[in-house]
Amino acid sequence: MAEPFSRAPTHGGVALSTPESGADVVVDPGPPLDAGTHYSMLLRSLAVQGSWNYESLVGNGVGFCVEPALRRLPGGVTGEAYRSALARQCAYFNAHPYLATLAIGALARAELDHVLPARIERFRTALCGPLGSVGDRLVWASWLPACSLLALLLFGVGWSPVWVLGGFLAVYNVGHIGLREWGLRQGWRHGLRLASALAHPVLQHGPRYIGRVAAVLGGLALPLAVHRAIGGGPVLAKIPVVVAVMTPLLAVVLVRVHGRTEGWRLVLLLLAILTLYSVIG
Amino acid sequence: MVTPGAALLPHVLPIALLAGVVGLDVVSFPQAMVSRPIVAATIAGAFLGAPIAGLACGAALECLALEALPVGASRYPEWGSASVVAGAVSAYGVEGNMLPHPAAFAIAVVVGILVAWIGGVSMVKHRQLIASFARGRVLQLAEGNRNTVVGLQVFGMTADLARGALLGLMAYAPASLLAGWADTRWRLAEDVTRACVVVAVAAVAAAAVWKDFHAIRGTRRLFLASLAVGTMLVVLRG
Repeated sequence: MAEPFSRAPTHGGVALSTPESGADVVVDPGPPLDAGTHYSMLLRSLAVQGSWNYESLVGNGVGFCVEPALRRLPGGVTGEAYRSALARQCAYFNAHPYLATLAIGALARAELDHVLPARIERFRTALCGPLGSVGDRLVWASWLPACSLLALLLFGVGWSPVWVLGGFLAVYNVGHIGLREWGLRQGWRHGLRLASALAHPVLQHGPRYIGRVAAVLGGLALPLAVHRAIGGGPVLAKIPVVVAVMTPLLAVVLVRVHGRTEGWRLVLLLLAILTLYSVIG
Repeated sequence: MVTPGAALLPHVLPIALLAGVVGLDVVSFPQAMVSRPIVAATIAGAFLGAPIAGLACGAALECLALEALPVGASRYPEWGSASVVAGAVSAYGVEGNMLPHPAAFAIAVVVGILVAWIGGVSMVKHRQLIASFARGRVLQLAEGNRNTVVGLQVFGMTADLARGALLGLMAYAPASLLAGWADTRWRLAEDVTRACVVVAVAAVAAAAVWKDFHAIRGTRRLFLASLAVGTMLVVLRG
C-alpha cells in the first residue's frame, strides 16, 4: 500500500515529498505489472497528447493510458471501481508528455492498490508542476536542441540524407523512448512515493550537462552546415568570407532584439524583400 | 523533379498526406520528431526525387526551429507540415544530389515560415475544437465511459491528421507554382541568393544557442570556443 505524502513548496511551486524526509525509504516494488499491460500503457503513452486541449490539457490522455491497468480492478470494465477510477484519471492534468509515464505508472499502481480517491486526486494535483517543469527543461530545452544541432553537424560534415535522418532519429528516440519506459517502470515501482524518482540525477542535473554538449555541438555545427548550405567551394572566396562576417553580426542584432521580436519573423521579412527585389526589381 | 502545371497534380495528394502524418507527430502521436524540419523536408524532397534539395531546405528551417522551443502550452510555429511543403517546393526543377534552385530555395524557406505560422494558429483552433467536442461529452466522461475516453482520443488525433493534411493540400500546389514562376524571373546570382538565405537562418540559430543555454555556467565560452574550432575545420577541409 502506498504511503501518505505531503506537498512542499519546492521546484518553484509544488513538489512531492515523503513525510519522513531524510529517512531512508525502502520502496515496495509492488506486484509485477504483466508485460501485456505494461506495453499497452507504453504504446498508448505515445498518444498521451492526442486529445490535448485548453480545458483538461492532457487529462483525457492520462485516463486513456491508465485504462489497460484499470481493467484489473474488481468487476473488470463493467465494474463500478473501473468506471469511477477512469473518470478520476480523465480529469484535468498537466505534464511533459514523455514524463507523463511517471504519473501513469504511479496512478495505475495507486488505483490497483485501492488508495483513497481523495488522496489520488491530491497526488495528481501535486504532480502537475514538477512533471511539467522537469520535462520541459530536460527534453524541450536540452535534449531536443542538442539532437537538432547534432543533425546540423552531420549535415555539415557531408553525411548523406539517409545518415543525417537516421542519426538524428536514432539518437533522439533512444532518449525519448528510454525516458517513457523508465518513467512507466519508476511510476509503477514507487506509486505515490514518486519523490525519489523525481530526484534522479538525470532529471536534476541532465539539462546542465546536455546544455554544455549542445553548446559545443552548436559551435561545431554552424560553420560546417553554413559552408555546405552555400554550396561549398573555396573558403577564402568572396561569398564565404561575407557569410562568415555577416552571420555573427546579424546574430548579435537578434540577441539584442530578443524579447521584442522573434528571429523567424525577421527572416521572413528579409527573405520577402530579397524575393521581391529579385523577381520584380 | 517537379515541373509546374499538370505534372504537379499527382504529387499533391501524397504531399498532403505526408504533411498530415508529420503534423500529427508534432504533438498528438508519437512525437518521435519526424516532424523536425531537417527530417520532414528531407523526406518530402526525397519523395519528389531531390533528397539533397530537401535536406538543404530542412537544415535552413531547422536553424529557425531551434529558436522556438515547444515548451508547455506556449504557442509556437508548427514546423512539421510546413517543412513537408517547403521540402517539396525546394525540389522544384532539381533531382538527385543537386542543391535547390536559388528561387526555389528562397521561396521554400519563405513558404515554410508562412505555413509554420498558419500551422501554429491551426493548432490553437484544433485544441479549441477538441475542448468543444469534450464539453458535449462531459457526463459520459464523468461516468468513466471507456468508449468516450477512447473516442475523444481518436477524434483529437484524426482531427490533427486532417489539419496537417489540409495545410499541405492548400499550400503545396500554389507554393510550387510560385517557385516555378519566380525561377523564370530570378535576377540574383545563385551563390548570392543562397548566401543571403543561409546568413539569415544561421544567425537565428547562433542567437538561439547563445540565448537558450545562457543560464548554464560556461556554455557561452564553450560555444565560442567550438565555433572557432568549427571555423578552423571548414578552413582545413576547404
